[in-house]
Amino acid sequence: MKITLKLFASLGKFLPEGTTGNETEIEITKGYTLEQVLEEHGVPPEHCHLVLVNGHYVGPSERAAMKMKEGDALAVWPPVAGG
Amino acid sequence: MSWTKKILRVNLTSGTCVSEPLNMDWAKKYIGQRGLATKYFVEECDPKVDPMSPENKLIFATGPLTGTAAPTSGRWSVICKGPLTGAIACSNSGGFFGAELKNAGWDMIIFEGKSAKPVYLDIDNENAELKDASAMWGMSVWDTEDALRAARGDNDIRCASVGQAGESGVLFAGVVNDKDRAAGRSGVGAVMGSKNLKAIACRGTVGVPVDDAMKFMQAAGAAKQILADNAVTGEGLPTYGTQVLMNVINETGALPTHNAKDIQFDGASKIGGEAMTEPRESDGKANLVSNAACFGCPISCQRVSQMDANHFTVKGQPKYHGKEGGLEYEAAWALGAATGVSDLETLTYCNYICNEYGMDPISLGSTVAAAMELYEIGAITDKETGGIKLEWGSAEALAKICDQTGLGQGFGKEIGQGSRRLCEKYGHPELSMTVKSQEFPAYDPRGIQGMGLTYATSNRGACHLRSYTVASEVLGIPEKTDPLTSDGKPGLVKAFQDATAAVDSTGTCIFTTFALTMDDISPMMAADSEGGWTSETMMEAGERIWNLERKFNNDAGFTAADDLLPQRMLKDAAKTGPAKGKVSDLLKMLPEYYELRGWTAEGVPSNETLARLAL
Repeated sequence: MKITLKLFASLGKFLPEGTTGNETEIEITKGYTLEQVLEEHGVPPEHCHLVLVNGHYVGPSERAAMKMKEGDALAVWPPVAGG
Repeated sequence: MSWTKKILRVNLTSGTCVSEPLNMDWAKKYIGQRGLATKYFVEECDPKVDPMSPENKLIFATGPLTGTAAPTSGRWSVICKGPLTGAIACSNSGGFFGAELKNAGWDMIIFEGKSAKPVYLDIDNENAELKDASAMWGMSVWDTEDALRAARGDNDIRCASVGQAGESGVLFAGVVNDKDRAAGRSGVGAVMGSKNLKAIACRGTVGVPVDDAMKFMQAAGAAKQILADNAVTGEGLPTYGTQVLMNVINETGALPTHNAKDIQFDGASKIGGEAMTEPRESDGKANLVSNAACFGCPISCQRVSQMDANHFTVKGQPKYHGKEGGLEYEAAWALGAATGVSDLETLTYCNYICNEYGMDPISLGSTVAAAMELYEIGAITDKETGGIKLEWGSAEALAKICDQTGLGQGFGKEIGQGSRRLCEKYGHPELSMTVKSQEFPAYDPRGIQGMGLTYATSNRGACHLRSYTVASEVLGIPEKTDPLTSDGKPGLVKAFQDATAAVDSTGTCIFTTFALTMDDISPMMAADSEGGWTSETMMEAGERIWNLERKFNNDAGFTAADDLLPQRMLKDAAKTGPAKGKVSDLLKMLPEYYELRGWTAEGVPSNETLARLAL
């Protein structure tokens, strides 16, 4: 099953080797949860501040149970802000 | 005590500079800077005054914390009636000028009248004198600062000035200090230029005494520790600056694109904070060189960039080849996503131009975007643009029109009047993405509902910095709310507006509030200044300031009908992303907001509200 993984700011280093920019399509096991995807790529949970699936916010308590679907876009940021 | 308790009143018509005592009764009700200067302005100026006339006053104001050891204490503001909007204008800046002015012993400068010839104000501590600026008229901000330093023979002076845009009446001209920090919004630079006031040069060595030094240092130290320990202010903002938001807001589906026809930009990843750190294909170097800080700021969010010297915009122009103030999020969005231009180097150049000529990049980019839509539908053609092909995504057209606007040339003269006037002239007022004639910033109200109410009710016209609900709706600070629902947003907006008005009046930066609460800020105020400040009295002062600004606007002729978003936000549903199918719920939020504010259904503060706030 394919999803798009987007890791921004300081999390970009956890993208698969050879990735250009901040996103890439990845193959995941069907039924994987959001938390499992991030764990498989070594993204420390404490650095996952803003997590969006298809642009919708997913809170920390929902990440372990949320199953990813084919074609989902998972985007993650460490604590960031602006104005 | 860290009010200096002195105002410098400068009459440009008669050429006099007079010291006056600060009204301490007002200071204890309006704090300083934005609040206190607005009080002075409202008391002294007719709300119906023509903003570009000598009768409009122009106030440069610091806060009680400006220039102290409080973190981010470099803030200062310019207050007047804005020529872009006709509403109260208060434009904030950072850098070092404000702290220098405070250290020279002045809480604020009130300019009145108009000089017969170009002048600048030369301040050396308590000595202030108007001097001839004829030789500087026509100079850019950058050249003016160099000329002022040469004239004084002192490289340590701090300067605030207008460039060619302020001189030529660009209605969104800003006042620029320290070469790339700006009181950018609402056209305060145009008012300064209209008075033939080119610049202020300041040297301040008097110092800023505080009321209780021991308590103050404890409170300031505690606040600094919180900022350092917080992941956003201690790491996120220093590393990526505000520009990290480009991909966040695009992914959230709230990035106004192509004059807000779209809500997501496929070039966003090329112009955001991450892209600034990546090596360029052309020369292998990154656009971003380093971060930088304003006076007393431990956050250091400012960007410093260096362009590819062979880029078409700067080739053969060495003055653009050094390290200069780089793109912040709002500038990158307005010049980029709004116009469809995804060339980072061109956006960096246009941002330099805004600093050099003294213009607000938000209003500039948004107005160019409106012009591009007028061009797309044939309402303007090459005849009006002088041959510039204003097509979406054209870096060449953007760079050319930015140059022309700053210099008051060609079609740039029309861009310099802002998008409302431009779109009305060519028969399509609905294409102006403005509130109260000010262009709105980088958050689409269809995708972030609280920002629609924020823009609609902002006292200085559309603005994100009057109640930055993005912090809650997108970033989860202080707690996460759903950006797609309008439920609860009137209360959220009111709370942000009041708190922001208070913080803006202290002399510190609103970015501290990503980490600090009013309970962290009020102890600094309490130790710094007489008045027994608490979180409650700070919030009350913030609400008082908000209502004072509102009352001025109502007296100037604004009504509830002006608390309105462009019809595109209310009728054209978002096409993509999480907000697909949604419009702004503004009309649902407004009545609740008025009620929470204690205003009538017509948006007027009730007598009870005015009495409660001692207005």
